[in-house]
Amino acid sequence: MTDMVANGTLSRGEGRRGVHTTAQADARLRKRYAAELRFKLYGLAAVSVAILALVVLLASILHGGLTAFVSTQIRLDVEFDPKVIDARGGREALLQADWAKIVDAALEAKFPDATSRPARRALSGLVSPGAQQELRNMVIADPSLIGQKRTVWLTASSDVDMFMKGYYERPKPGAPEGGRINERSIGWIDRLVAEGAIEKRFNTRFFTAADSREPELVGVWGGIVGSFYTLLITLALAFPIGVAGAIYLEEFAPKNRFTDLIEVNINNLAAVPSIVYGLLGLAVFINAFGMPRSAPLVGGCVLALMSLPIIIIAGRAALKAVPPSIREAALGVGASKMQMVLHHVLPLAMPGMLTGTILAMAHALGETAPLLMIGMVAFVVDIPTSPLQAATVLPVQIFMWADHPERGFVEKTSAAIIVLLVFLLAMNAVAIYLRKKFERKW
Amino acid sequence: MLKRMTAVLATAGLGLVVAGTAHGQARDQIRIAGSSTVFPFSTLVAENFGKMGKFKTPIVESTGTGGGIKLFCQGVGAQNSDIANASRRMTKAEFEQCQKAGVTAITEVKIGFDGIVVAYKKGGPKIDLTRAQIWQALARQVPVDGKLVANPYKTWNQIDPKLPNLAIEVMGPPPTSGTRDAFVELVMDEGCKKFPVVMALEGQARRQACAQIREDGAFIEAGENDNLIVQRIVSGKPGVLGVFGFSFLEENEDKLSGALVEGVVPNFDNIASGKYPVARSMFFYVKNAHVGVIPGIKEFIAEFTSEKAMGENGYLEKKGLIPLPKAEREKVRGDAANMTALSL
Repeated sequence: MTDMVANGTLSRGEGRRGVHTTAQADARLRKRYAAELRFKLYGLAAVSVAILALVVLLASILHGGLTAFVSTQIRLDVEFDPKVIDARGGREALLQADWAKIVDAALEAKFPDATSRPARRALSGLVSPGAQQELRNMVIADPSLIGQKRTVWLTASSDVDMFMKGYYERPKPGAPEGGRINERSIGWIDRLVAEGAIEKRFNTRFFTAADSREPELVGVWGGIVGSFYTLLITLALAFPIGVAGAIYLEEFAPKNRFTDLIEVNINNLAAVPSIVYGLLGLAVFINAFGMPRSAPLVGGCVLALMSLPIIIIAGRAALKAVPPSIREAALGVGASKMQMVLHHVLPLAMPGMLTGTILAMAHALGETAPLLMIGMVAFVVDIPTSPLQAATVLPVQIFMWADHPERGFVEKTSAAIIVLLVFLLAMNAVAIYLRKKFERKW
Repeated sequence: MLKRMTAVLATAGLGLVVAGTAHGQARDQIRIAGSSTVFPFSTLVAENFGKMGKFKTPIVESTGTGGGIKLFCQGVGAQNSDIANASRRMTKAEFEQCQKAGVTAITEVKIGFDGIVVAYKKGGPKIDLTRAQIWQALARQVPVDGKLVANPYKTWNQIDPKLPNLAIEVMGPPPTSGTRDAFVELVMDEGCKKFPVVMALEGQARRQACAQIREDGAFIEAGENDNLIVQRIVSGKPGVLGVFGFSFLEENEDKLSGALVEGVVPNFDNIASGKYPVARSMFFYVKNAHVGVIPGIKEFIAEFTSEKAMGENGYLEKKGLIPLPKAEREKVRGDAANMTALSL
């Protein structure tokens, strides 16, 4: 090849040798090189488009979501007025007390200029309704607070939070009243900023709370726990069944039309849209078996059905990769077929099977469609404590937050996507680690 | 390996056994399913109800009105839902379905109104439409010279010279959405009444002529997610209209303006007073047989119908609910407390 190039390009005159040295041959050669270059560039362009799409996606999610990891807090001097909070009634009375009044009193003490009714309503809108729970929990933990005055940091309302993070523009002076935040509230916020009484702090609630209707009070913990229980059930069902199925099909099953049929069906099942599994789950697990709706148990069963074909296919590939010599050697020294499989083949195939299983789990972690049908797309505030309690999962949480009208949910949605991506990356990293660590080459 | 696998299998088996025993056990948590329009309000009441600390927070599912009523009407017993949310009244067919399944006593609670707005990016020319004009802009076939022809209108001023010279581009929800149903019922079906050619048609033909929306690109189905429509309008070119729930307009007042319909501004007061024509009522339905079986249902209804929730300046109003007039609220509260059974 190089010779020809040299000939074609260097010697155009008299001393040409060989057959492919005419001007047409040169043109053909150039054409071939150009075609190859174009082919390479198409590939490069395809990869660049994919990378660009990924970068744009990640950048937009990070840009929109990172602010959700901090939340705005307001410092207030709160008086735990014994006239409002009655300590004698015990926990029950503390739960029932008018905590809104305590919060409003603290705000009015800070900004005595709010006297009219709309002004006072706007004032109480600076602080999140969650502040009432924060104070209540403080007093339940330490009832001696009643009658005292304390400086506390309370969660700001979503509107204030959005304004502090720059999502709302400052209205021009003289602009008509209205909008989510007006000149009066901004005046108060400016005073708080000047006093250092308003701060953005790390949003621990986002990692400890479950769903809420107030964007500043939501958290992903409920979704994470739900996802954990769901995947636990999925793993407990899909892994043993999948491995057993793969071993039978690969090592024991006779090759006949029936096993061929099974094989074709398994490959087909791997391509069935996931919502179909949801319908199946609704019909079988909930309606026929009477399992509880919205429970991770049912979700886990449905996702197990969905991941089974993937695990079986990966498991069979891993078993196939074990060289026949291992089997023959085991059988040769007198091992039974079961000993051969369990003592020799399976341990060697396990890393491949585990990789396949983890990837199937990562796939299951990102699913929402099959869970729609079985009622896991639901508003669940209590963090589930068992796989039988109603729960929701991380991707469903994202799906639901994206649908809420409140502006604050936009950043929370992106932040939840970041959390989900971190989990997916971690699972894929484990799969890669297992493969690298236990992989054997023959 | 074998031992480990047996252990895993045993765990899985145990899980199924536990599941089996759970069936038939009483629930201690209210279950609600239904309309995605009522969902934001129902969940807020559920959350506040749970925060009071006496009962567990109810589970609220967003299945759509039809789906919610179907679940509700499956029968009496802990495996069926207790409350159905609806953005329209229960139909006679659904009511009969319920009766057949043994759900005989149902309490209907009307919670308030929700407006549907036609909105556009702030800063464009002011848009004032009648329902007839909206119908002319969006129907698949419109009368021209006394005959129904495929919709020829490309710009608003072709319909009425007083309207701005802007291309007709409207983003709205797909037919699976409850908002779309309501839009068709409240705007399209009303708008077409102004045209004698359409009114001359009979039955199915008339219904189709009124309700069918053009598919030549002037109406863009922007997906179930109302936020998506808002975002596309805000980032798009001026003059594009969007159809969505009033709470999304309220939440984005700094970026959007609502088009006037029949000369009425879509704002809180006009929807509450019934002046704004594109508004619907929202309901929830309670299974009376579950009261006393599932703990907290009566208390949940009391919380929902309380003045601090669905009243004026109540917490639901902050989320975009338009309260009922005072007298009606009181009647609803009374009926709900007595669990007056619905009859259709």
